[in-house]
Amino acid sequence: MVTIGKQLEKPKKPKQSSEVSILFSAQKVFKQSIVLIFLAILWELAPRIGLVDPAFFPTLSEVIGAWWEMIISGELWSHFAASITRSVIGFILALVVAIPLGLAIGWYPLARDLLNPAFELFRNTATLALLPVFMLLLGIGEVSKVSIVFYACTFPILLNTIAAVKNVDPLLIKSARSMNVSSIKLFSKVILPASVPTIFTGIRMAGTGCILVLIAAEMIGAKEGLGYYITYAQYNFLIPEMYAGILSISALGLLVNLGLGKLERRFSKWKPNPNANE
Amino acid sequence: MPLTEKIRFERVSKVFSIRDENSNRGKKEFTAVKDIDFVVNEGEFITLVGPSGCGKSTLLDLLGGLTKPTRGRILIDGKEITGPGLDRGTVFQQYALFPWKTARGNIEFGLEAKGVAKKERKEQADYYLDLVGLKNFADRYPHELSGGMKQRVAIARSLAFNPDVLLMDEPFAALDAQTRETLQSELLRIWEKTGKTIIFITHGIDEAVYLGQRVVVLSPNPGSVKKIVDIPLKNRLEDADLHSTPEFVKARREVWSLLHEPEFIGANI
Repeated sequence: MVTIGKQLEKPKKPKQSSEVSILFSAQKVFKQSIVLIFLAILWELAPRIGLVDPAFFPTLSEVIGAWWEMIISGELWSHFAASITRSVIGFILALVVAIPLGLAIGWYPLARDLLNPAFELFRNTATLALLPVFMLLLGIGEVSKVSIVFYACTFPILLNTIAAVKNVDPLLIKSARSMNVSSIKLFSKVILPASVPTIFTGIRMAGTGCILVLIAAEMIGAKEGLGYYITYAQYNFLIPEMYAGILSISALGLLVNLGLGKLERRFSKWKPNPNANE
Repeated sequence: MPLTEKIRFERVSKVFSIRDENSNRGKKEFTAVKDIDFVVNEGEFITLVGPSGCGKSTLLDLLGGLTKPTRGRILIDGKEITGPGLDRGTVFQQYALFPWKTARGNIEFGLEAKGVAKKERKEQADYYLDLVGLKNFADRYPHELSGGMKQRVAIARSLAFNPDVLLMDEPFAALDAQTRETLQSELLRIWEKTGKTIIFITHGIDEAVYLGQRVVVLSPNPGSVKKIVDIPLKNRLEDADLHSTPEFVKARREVWSLLHEPEFIGANI
């Protein structure tokens, strides 16, 4: 799969000299980072020149210092690990359950008609509103947190999978049927590959949702995890540490999104990419 | 060449039940095609022409075995069509290529359905890619190909599993005039080379006359055969400007007048 792209005989483009391409990528890096650099400078200066109260909004360098301390002491890692373990377990469980279920429901119109109203109701109930229910029923241990992540991830994946199967181009199905392929082959060779991009949209939505819900759950009742750490730092007036915790969450979110994006591109290589800047 | 019968339509009718707000059962019957009755010979190139709504696509679905006739039957080699099969290959107007497969992968799909071994699949696919002039585009995905190229791949895919009959549903309708002309003559070349029986549906009179040895003129409401016109053109591929020869003009004129008789008025040509 991976090598196919390289074998493509693309129409010959004028070769760029390496100098030009270095300049080009430098320009690209600059364009992408300029706003971030500006925000970082603003963060550093605002407390110093008294725009905000340094006690509640410490300088960036102070936050990074606290962050570094936490990394060295291993404190950050233990919270990071706790959060990531919970989200990964919940996420994988959701994948394992929601994709096969969605494929089945999408394939059988009766199942779709029966279950869709219930799904719509569940989906439109904000997951965080159910957090107390999860805690009442499952306690404040790992089970309740993994469960809420699982719950939050399941719906985007499930609903997108159902939609994906339902929206496979009927002409492709007709074309395959005219070649007399069995139902099983039709499913595995046509329906499934055609559904992959839409399923992945659901997976990415689940990735974002999963972090959000997990952090909230940890803030309310947990003994470790990034969400817990942020509230802990706030209550104990460890303000730089609190910001360091928030930055860690941003990093976690970025990481998850990047990974899923990479995976998505790998599986949807055959799709024309309207944003390709080649 | 002695004519051998390949396909026989025996008083074929197809009735659909469609929604109707005026009737108390909410359904009414709609006859798409009625009493279709003609014979296609082995190795013949036959075109079906008619305004939209004359049941062209219904006929093709029936031939493909995707639906069953309400009355009558269709025979291929004397055997009734009961379902889809690899003795018939269909080429659709909208290409119907699998976008996640390369040109070669698409061609191999039908071979896989036929149960051809993997190594042989590749050889066959390469042969047919060459036949349609796309040898250098084997590893392209459909979105990287032009409309004409996509349709070439689709034709190669249908030829690859070696069906006796090629069913073509307005395959060139979505292409620009230039590409269409090129593909028409290439299709004739492929037909001469492979000797397939081809049933070609179109709404273009020129296309029907240029390609078909016989043109089946269909009339609408319900779809039925109005007349089958013999086209006495020889050497279609040799005469570069066949369209202005007297024989072509005469045949075209005949089909045109058939399509402009009173029962077509108001129909969409």
